Amino acid sequence: MPERIIVPFGPQHPVLPEPIHLDLVLEDEKVVEAIPSIGYIHRGLERLVQKREYTEYVYVAERICGICSFIHALCYSQGVEHIMKVEVPDRARYLRTIWSECSRIHSHLLWLGLFADGMGFENLFMRSWQLRESVLDVLEDTTGGRVIQGTCKVGGVRRDIGQEKLDEMHRTLDPFEQQCRDLGDVFLNDDTVKYRLKGLGVITKDEAYDLGAAGPTARGSGVAMDHRETGYAAYGDLGFKPVVETTGDCYARCAVRVKEVYASIDLIRRAIEEMPEGPIDVKVKGTPDGEYFSRAEQPRGEVIHYLKGDGSKHLARARIRTPTLANIPPLVKMLPGIQLADVPVVVLSIDPCIGCMER
Amino acid sequence: MAFLKRSPWILHYDASSCNGCDIEVLACLTPLYDVERFGMINTGNPKHADILLITGGINTQNREVVENIYEQMPEPKVVIAVGICAATGGIFRECYNIVGGIDKVIPVDVYVPGCAARPEQIIDGVVTALSILEKKRAAMAGTAQTREEEQHTEQAGEST
Repeated sequence: MPERIIVPFGPQHPVLPEPIHLDLVLEDEKVVEAIPSIGYIHRGLERLVQKREYTEYVYVAERICGICSFIHALCYSQGVEHIMKVEVPDRARYLRTIWSECSRIHSHLLWLGLFADGMGFENLFMRSWQLRESVLDVLEDTTGGRVIQGTCKVGGVRRDIGQEKLDEMHRTLDPFEQQCRDLGDVFLNDDTVKYRLKGLGVITKDEAYDLGAAGPTARGSGVAMDHRETGYAAYGDLGFKPVVETTGDCYARCAVRVKEVYASIDLIRRAIEEMPEGPIDVKVKGTPDGEYFSRAEQPRGEVIHYLKGDGSKHLARARIRTPTLANIPPLVKMLPGIQLADVPVVVLSIDPCIGCMER
Repeated sequence: MAFLKRSPWILHYDASSCNGCDIEVLACLTPLYDVERFGMINTGNPKHADILLITGGINTQNREVVENIYEQMPEPKVVIAVGICAATGGIFRECYNIVGGIDKVIPVDVYVPGCAARPEQIIDGVVTALSILEKKRAAMAGTAQTREEEQHTEQAGEST
C-alpha cells in the first residue's frame, strides 16, 4: 500500500479567489479523503440583526455575499414583509424578478469563467467575463451599483425601470442570448472540455438527496428541486420549469448552469413583456412581531432566512442557511478517488461561495 | 530591480470580504479593464508577489494567515486595502468576530474606498502603489545604488 501524505489546499490558493481550507489525504496522486475546515471569513452577520433596525438590515443582508447580493436582500425583505403582512405591489414583484435573474446570469457567467480558468482554458475565462460585463452594465444602469445593488427594500423596491429602458433591454436580449449560446456551445460541445469534465466527481441522485445538496449541484444529479417553482416574486405568474441533468458529474453541473442562463434570459424577456403598471413600493408602518422562514433560489441553490421579531424595531433573531454550506458534504463525497490535479475543477464545480457560507 | 516598476506581480487575498470587491479585482484582469496591459499579473505565490491586495477586514481566524502571507513576500512590498471593510471594518465593524481593518495587523500603504470598490478605483489604487513601491525600492538601494544603475537610468531618459 502506498504511503499516505496530506496536502493542504488553501486558504490562499491560486484557483479560488476565496479562502477555504481542505486537507487532502493522498495515496500517490489519488485523493482518498478530504477534510474541510472553514471559518476564514466568518463575520457574525446574524448577530448584527440586534444592532441594526429591521429596515437597515437589508443592506447587511445584501453584503452577506457580493455575488448573490440582490437575492439575499430579496429573501430578507420577503420574510419581513410576510411577518408584517405587507402586500408588495405587482410592479415591484416583477422588477425584483428581473434583477434576480440578472444577478443569476452574472453569477453563472462568472462561475463559467472561473471554471474555465480552473481547468486551464484561459481564453474561455476571458470570453465569459467579457460577456458578464454587459449584464453588469444593465445592472449599473438600472440600479446604480455593479455588484451591490441596494434597490430592494422592505415593502417594495427603491427604483423603477422606465419604459424606454425596458424596451432597450428587451431589444438587446436577442443578441445577448445569441452570444451566450455561442459561449455555452463551447462548454457543452468542445472535446477538450468534455474530456476534462465527463465522469469526474460523480454524485448519484440518492447521495445528492441524502447529503442535502442544493441548487445546480442537486439538479446536476437529477434532483428536480428549484425554489423558483414555489412562485415567490413574479415566478408564480411567469411559470417556470427547473433545468435538470442526470449524470451527476462535473459536466452535468456545468450544463445545468449553462442552460439556466438561457432560462433566465427567457424569464427576463417574459417579465418585461408582462410588466404591470403601478406603484413600486408601499409604506411600511409598525414593527415586526412574529417569525417566518423565507426561501428563495440563489444561483447556488436554496437560501433560507429565518427571521423572528419581538415587536421592537430590531429583530430578535436571524438565521441564514446558505446553499454553499449545504453543498460541502456532497463535495467531500465527490473528492475521494480523483487525481490531485482534478481537485480544483471538482471544488469549483459546486460553485463555492465562501462569503455566503460563513456569513 | 528597476523592472519592478513596469511589471509588478499582484497577490490577492480575501480576508473577510463579501466577495463584492473580490470579483471586482478579478474583473480588472478581464477584457474590459485588462490590467495585464500594464504588465500586472495576478500570481498565486506570495514569494513571487510585489503587491499584496487584500479585500475585507481581519477576523480572529484569518489574522495569522494574513500575517503569514505578508511575512513570505520579499521586500520591497506594498499593501493595498481594497474596499471600506479592509480600511475600517465598514458595515461589519460591529460584528463580534471582526477585529477591524487590515492595518490592525500589517502596515497598509494604499486604501481604496468603496463598497464594492469599482475596478477603475482598484486600478487607480494599484497605480498609486507603484510609485510607493518605487520609493521603497530606492530607499532600500539607498547609497548602495551603483553608478552603473544611475547611468542606465539617465540613458533611459527617466528623469522624475
